[in-house]
Amino acid sequence: MATAFKEEHTGAHTPVHSDAVVVRFAGDSGDGMQLTGGQFTLSAALAGNDFATFPDFPAEIRAPIGTLFGVSAFQINFGSSAIDTAGDQPDVLIAMNPAALKTNVGALREGGLIIADTGEFNQRNLDKAKYSSNPFEDGSLAKWQVLAFDISALTLEAVKPFGMGNKDALRCKNMWTLGLALWMFDRDRQPIIDWLNAKFAKNQVLADANVAALNAGHAYGETAELAGPLKQYHVDAAPAVAGLYRTVTGAESISYGLVAGAQLAGLKMFFGGYPITPASAILHHLSRLKEYGITTFQAEDEIAAICSAIGASYAGQLGVTSSSGPGIALKGEAMGLAIMTELPLVIVNSQRGGPSTGLPTKTEQSDLYQAVYGRNGDAPMPVIAARSPVDAFDCAVEAVRIAVEYMTPVMLLTDGYIANAAEPWLVPDLDSYTPFPVAFLESAPEDGFKPYSRDHKLKRPWVKPGTPGLLHRIGGIEKEVDTGHINYGPANHQAMTDIRSAKVNGVADSIPDQIVEQGGAGAKLAVVGWGSTYGPIKQAVRRKRAEGVDVAHIHIRHIWPMPKNMGALLKSFDKVIVPEMNTGQLKTVLRDQFLVDAKPVNKVSGQPFTIAEIEAAIESALG
Amino acid sequence: MNDMTPVKATSPKDWETDQEVRWCPGCGDYAILKAVQRTMPELGSTPENTVFISGIGCSSRFPYYMETYGFHTIHGRAPAVATGVKLANPDLDVWIITGDGDALSIGGNHTMHLLRRNLDCQIMLFNNEIYGLTKGQYSPTSRVGTTSPSTPYGSVDRPATPCAFALGSGARFVARGFDVSKNLPEVLKAAHAHRGAAFIEIFQNCIVYNKDVFEDFAAPKGAEDHQLWLHNGEPMIFAKGTKGIALDAEALNLKVVDVVDGDWQSAGVIVHDVTNRSVAHMLVEMPFGEFPMALGVLYDDPRPTFNDAVIAQNASASVGKTADLGKLLAKGQTWTVADGHPEV
Repeated sequence: MATAFKEEHTGAHTPVHSDAVVVRFAGDSGDGMQLTGGQFTLSAALAGNDFATFPDFPAEIRAPIGTLFGVSAFQINFGSSAIDTAGDQPDVLIAMNPAALKTNVGALREGGLIIADTGEFNQRNLDKAKYSSNPFEDGSLAKWQVLAFDISALTLEAVKPFGMGNKDALRCKNMWTLGLALWMFDRDRQPIIDWLNAKFAKNQVLADANVAALNAGHAYGETAELAGPLKQYHVDAAPAVAGLYRTVTGAESISYGLVAGAQLAGLKMFFGGYPITPASAILHHLSRLKEYGITTFQAEDEIAAICSAIGASYAGQLGVTSSSGPGIALKGEAMGLAIMTELPLVIVNSQRGGPSTGLPTKTEQSDLYQAVYGRNGDAPMPVIAARSPVDAFDCAVEAVRIAVEYMTPVMLLTDGYIANAAEPWLVPDLDSYTPFPVAFLESAPEDGFKPYSRDHKLKRPWVKPGTPGLLHRIGGIEKEVDTGHINYGPANHQAMTDIRSAKVNGVADSIPDQIVEQGGAGAKLAVVGWGSTYGPIKQAVRRKRAEGVDVAHIHIRHIWPMPKNMGALLKSFDKVIVPEMNTGQLKTVLRDQFLVDAKPVNKVSGQPFTIAEIEAAIESALG
Repeated sequence: MNDMTPVKATSPKDWETDQEVRWCPGCGDYAILKAVQRTMPELGSTPENTVFISGIGCSSRFPYYMETYGFHTIHGRAPAVATGVKLANPDLDVWIITGDGDALSIGGNHTMHLLRRNLDCQIMLFNNEIYGLTKGQYSPTSRVGTTSPSTPYGSVDRPATPCAFALGSGARFVARGFDVSKNLPEVLKAAHAHRGAAFIEIFQNCIVYNKDVFEDFAAPKGAEDHQLWLHNGEPMIFAKGTKGIALDAEALNLKVVDVVDGDWQSAGVIVHDVTNRSVAHMLVEMPFGEFPMALGVLYDDPRPTFNDAVIAQNASASVGKTADLGKLLAKGQTWTVADGHPEV
């Protein structure tokens, strides 16, 4: 944990052992901080640490250099025991310019280490960062350890033999810094060198220069160790279940989960998407997987993206669409069409912050109302939510299963944090998943074909156009019970509304009972969460339980319909609090569905909850 | 469709559903429905391989009356749904039924992109220059000054020209007809024979909200003088052969010329070449009154289709690869944990 970073000296010139460390890389948008963070993450993974990351970048692609709003940061928490969050407070801040220092130093733990590139701390950049004096000289950094030196000059020196221009040479700064970070945490450079050689395979000079910068940063650490605050730390491998691991981001695992789901259903997949942050990564991943029977379609807009997916589902493939809040809003009418025509469809919503354009690159959980209630008419639709990058794989499989087993659109909620963050993943054994093969109706039953006849789950038959003898028409106008003909009759609309609702409520028959993650039913307090608040809630509840507090953690995957035991479970607790990155949306659903006095704990700053914030909420609730 | 499967002969009756048709008595849609049902048996399609996809509006009820597969979608979105249908199953014969509001107002974006991409399908745009189903508001093709419930003092905005919109969007087939024309089946056949997006504007008489708005050229009386039916390889003549369309070389435009004693060559009348895109642009823009209404196949010059390109790329990108998700997940920078000790 962030506050761990306990130093345990084991003798001179040997690394200091530490349980967990939080490092934050911060620089200008053009400094390559996400890349640096990603490679540092890989080194932590290869060293067997558990970890969680938090990429935190601006909405601008290349904001004016040196500005406060152009700062891009990447935080990683890695440790020798279970890591569930990217850490409340960094222990080490690597600041590549004054703006990066200014915007990030406030979060640094007191006594933490600042590593900064003095080469960038000239008057011009200090002005851009709105520093009235140089922070290294005015004593404003007194509560932290500071290691400031000219990384720019050292990088230029290191890559001098390659004859690059000043601008290109300085672009190797991030690798110099990564080299130093690798030394600090006693990490193997070779995988990064292999990666650089592969990345710049077509430009040997660039590859060599970056490797030289990496090595120089590493060597600097070795020689500078004796002086001042720079020490080498060693974080042991975390105990983990034996098996093959890789790192995975939420966008990757959702993509793979959709592929797995389509395979388990025995279907080809059609993915209709439109570029939007932070959902585009799913379109990018799937468009490279054509050999899996996937057609990806970058549509002209969000509406065309979902409508094309509905068309593909009508034609017998698994239709999938993906977006973020604003795009999901545009898709709303078409979701109603999929509900009315009872076609399978998966809608992935990578939530971001705020109404309208809001905070495109920041995280929030504020689309729960939109997912559960946000359509015209009584338009029920199953909703599930992923709690972490790894969990998103199983959630995507589950979304596909519900869609095809119930002939319904399903919304899968994730968020910008899950989409971009990475964590170690024990590569799943795909044979352990139970297939749910789709059976298309191919000939008329004995009592005649009725497009809106139903099985015991209230599912209607799926008929592919092209099938002889089963010609029929579907559409968004109210359907007659069984026949599917147009029928506006009052009794028929009542009946069809009831059927659609009962069908979706029936999904609860196919999902497991809600489990209690920690603690048990009947505790004094339940902390009920959903989505990416999982990490901080889990750790906060763990800490409080270790202190003897009678608190339980419930984390809901199936938002709609909820597991059948949910009402009784929630009523067993004296108190219920619901931490959410919104103004209280799950809280409203819980109150509505179960008449429990769920109390909201809200945060909408665009940043994830810290563990400390949840701990404070627990203390306050038990007052 | 699968070309190898012999198609069972059908009659127009086989393409009719048992559903009661709900258009207003006298609506031009009836004539179009009959023309389509009459044409289908001649196209070599089967009902089960045919899909009619529509948006919202009077015309969009069409699929319910065709004994085929059908999807009555939402306002303006039929092209998007059709794109998914065709990419998922390219063997299907896809027909889009839309109207002036559906295709050019709320769904204008989808129409443009479907044409640009060149999805293999037929798009029948029923243009009645009015919103019928919402009770008579003016539409994006209504003429300036159209009085309607939403424009009680007359509309002030200029109308779109559907065929010009289609050409501008990159359409490779553009045709025009009108509801009661006996030539409509021939136009439909040509559209179906075109591989790619085939755009057909059909002037349709809304007898309730915009009655007889096309009478100037569609009325049987004077039809010869007001209709220029285009046929590939034939001169552009009308008015019983007494008039023709020639190129005004100075103005770089078309002009009407008199044809004396059938000698159209001397009068400089142009021979219709359906692959001439420049002339097609001029034909769709000819102002009616000064010129006759250009009807029939205005332009037909196929290009590779979107669905073929997508399927070809799906195939070529898959060559030599296996769909082994387990292997894919285990690929790249991984590490193994054995007895709690990681190994790279």
